[in-house]
Amino acid sequence: MSVSWAELLGDEPTAADEPERVGVFARLRDSLAKSRRALAAELQAAAFDPGDAEAWERLEEALIRADVGVPATAELVRRIEARGGASSLEDALVEEVRGLFGEPPRLRLDGKPSVILVVGVNGTGKTTTIGKLALKLNQHGRSVLVGAADTFRAAAEEQLEEWARRAGADFVGSPRGADPAAVAFDAVEAGRARGKDVVIVDTAGRLHTQANLMAELAKIRRVIAGRCEGAPHETLLVIDATTGQNGLQQARLFADAVEVSGVVLTKLDGSARGGVAIAIAYELGLPVTLVGLGEGIDDLRPFDAGDFARALVAG
Amino acid sequence: MFDTLSDRLQAALGGLRGKGRLDEETVSKAMREIRLALLEADVNVEVAREFTATVKERALGEDVSRSLSPAQQVVKIVHEELTRLLGAGDSRLVFGKPPTVILLAGLQGSGKTTAAAKLALHLRREGKRPALVACDLQRPAAVEQLEQLGRQIQVPVYALDRVDPVAAARAGVDAARREGYDVAILDTAGRLHVDEALMDELERVAAATKPLNVLLVLDAMTGQEAVNVALAFQERVAFDGVVLTKLDGDARGGAALSVKAVTGKPVKLASTGEKLDQLEVFHPDRMASRILGMGDVLTLIEKAEAAVEADEQAELERRLRAGEFTFDDFLASSKMLRRMGPLQGIVKMIPGLGRQLQGMDVDERQLARVEAIILSMTPQERRMPHIITMQRRRRIAAGSGTSLDEVNKLMAARKQMAKMMKQLGKGRLG
Repeated sequence: MSVSWAELLGDEPTAADEPERVGVFARLRDSLAKSRRALAAELQAAAFDPGDAEAWERLEEALIRADVGVPATAELVRRIEARGGASSLEDALVEEVRGLFGEPPRLRLDGKPSVILVVGVNGTGKTTTIGKLALKLNQHGRSVLVGAADTFRAAAEEQLEEWARRAGADFVGSPRGADPAAVAFDAVEAGRARGKDVVIVDTAGRLHTQANLMAELAKIRRVIAGRCEGAPHETLLVIDATTGQNGLQQARLFADAVEVSGVVLTKLDGSARGGVAIAIAYELGLPVTLVGLGEGIDDLRPFDAGDFARALVAG
Repeated sequence: MFDTLSDRLQAALGGLRGKGRLDEETVSKAMREIRLALLEADVNVEVAREFTATVKERALGEDVSRSLSPAQQVVKIVHEELTRLLGAGDSRLVFGKPPTVILLAGLQGSGKTTAAAKLALHLRREGKRPALVACDLQRPAAVEQLEQLGRQIQVPVYALDRVDPVAAARAGVDAARREGYDVAILDTAGRLHVDEALMDELERVAAATKPLNVLLVLDAMTGQEAVNVALAFQERVAFDGVVLTKLDGDARGGAALSVKAVTGKPVKLASTGEKLDQLEVFHPDRMASRILGMGDVLTLIEKAEAAVEADEQAELERRLRAGEFTFDDFLASSKMLRRMGPLQGIVKMIPGLGRQLQGMDVDERQLARVEAIILSMTPQERRMPHIITMQRRRRIAAGSGTSLDEVNKLMAARKQMAKMMKQLGKGRLG
């Protein structure tokens, strides 16, 4: 069964959650079915002979094609081999992938206000994710304020403000070129003064290789931590599912700079399967918290490792 | 991270020199390593397989040049083939009866809007009169973003319809024509290649504006999906080339090879930074080295060979082997280095070093100061550094317009280098 928003937030399930429970997997499978290649054909238990070296090679290739990467693929295959032939290949793969991701995700929002810092490279969908997250939190009874600490990209503030309006969230902006740490400070202060439950801070996209910009990000985090006990409660790294093995390097360097607590995997509605999340979980132990499945405001979902693994091998 | 490909091949094939010919076993071993390297660089599985098969054919039975190990020979062949594949095709833009329409298309977040502004600036600097046309009516504030960028580079932005992208494109191109601009660059909304409705809309934008150049904007970090993305866009809008973005990161960029291999369309431009003037023509050889994870070691070797005259090189080498490293040598090597081009670029080309020095500035002016200090020494001092007393150091500092501290630092650096050179000379040099 899929993870619901109530579970993600540690709430009692409400009527609002019910429609979310059904159809998530169907939806994911549906969008992935658009892919030209049928991974399933490679993985059907009937077609798989554990004694057939070529079959193992095809499995490896299918995982590589899903961007799982060479080391994590080798590890998965090794684990599946070690299980022997007790279960079908698909079941074995799903269980091993689940094992890699560990416990279902939780958003730790126990502060007053709780602060969520959102980081990532350019163009992964940070601002869009924040808009959708703000709406979801709002629907689940949390009052939200979003702060636009992306003071670099042209019109980033306007984009976030529009999302805040749609999500019914308060908005703290800043002039372009302002010190992003100061904006983060203002947002947290405003959230506290107005008694908000959650403050979400957007940051400018930056390549993880830009040392000075990563230092700037670390400063934003320090300023937030200094203003509010236990903050930021969550630091979410947004990764585009179309990203290849560089995603691992992104996760590594962002984690070094700002202690990332979870990954948001966006744009899973394309034909990309986002296998790099497996590489990230395997090599860095970072969980995926949320997935983005489309352009609609409802298309941000709690991550479910089982669904993800099944979609990975679905046709 | 991973070892460099060169190291891995060295390990797999051994460092024996002059082995004669590349035999089946050696080549097969090498191709396994090459294939892994390509996969780690996000080259598509099928493309990697096909590429290694081609290279294998060429490599089999090839003579190993006397000065190279089999591993180096294989690297050379792979690099040549990769460069050839990446470089095939015309990378120039086409211009016709004004306004020449350039359509930019791609997935969300690939960097279309920024690329549009960069391209406009690039063309303006080449003497064209470009205008930008905002056709991304999907993403909130995308039009504002383009307008702000247009103001920064002083290029007009037409946003004449806020509802229908096809109408916005048509009206924008018409306006550019009326107002005498000779290039109209269309920034379109990001779209997923599997989104029928949006791909259809893109097709209609292209049909309405008849672009002479359709460019696919591709994020260098794209993984295995690059192939499906490229094929889908090719089917709908038959793009002429690729703009590869975010190359200033550390992605190996195998997607560029995948796209080239399956569509035959060349990479025309490469975006190498956040600043609006950071758009460059594409260098296939550099990209080949990058995909293979070798830095630009080959380019560096070539540059070094071209820059250093042969006898100069031989003399320096002799002295280094002898463990001598005077200020004259210091000066000579500094000059050689400068002849090779911008230091920043050189440093980036050295495998491994590029990453270590990320974010660090190699200051060319610093090099000039070093030269000034050395030139303020007497010939005797340059040959015999040990005679430079504190009094002489003060004189040198004053003469070169630097400080005593800087002179002291240079003295220490020379000593360090002499020591290093001596070790190198005894050991591996040559």
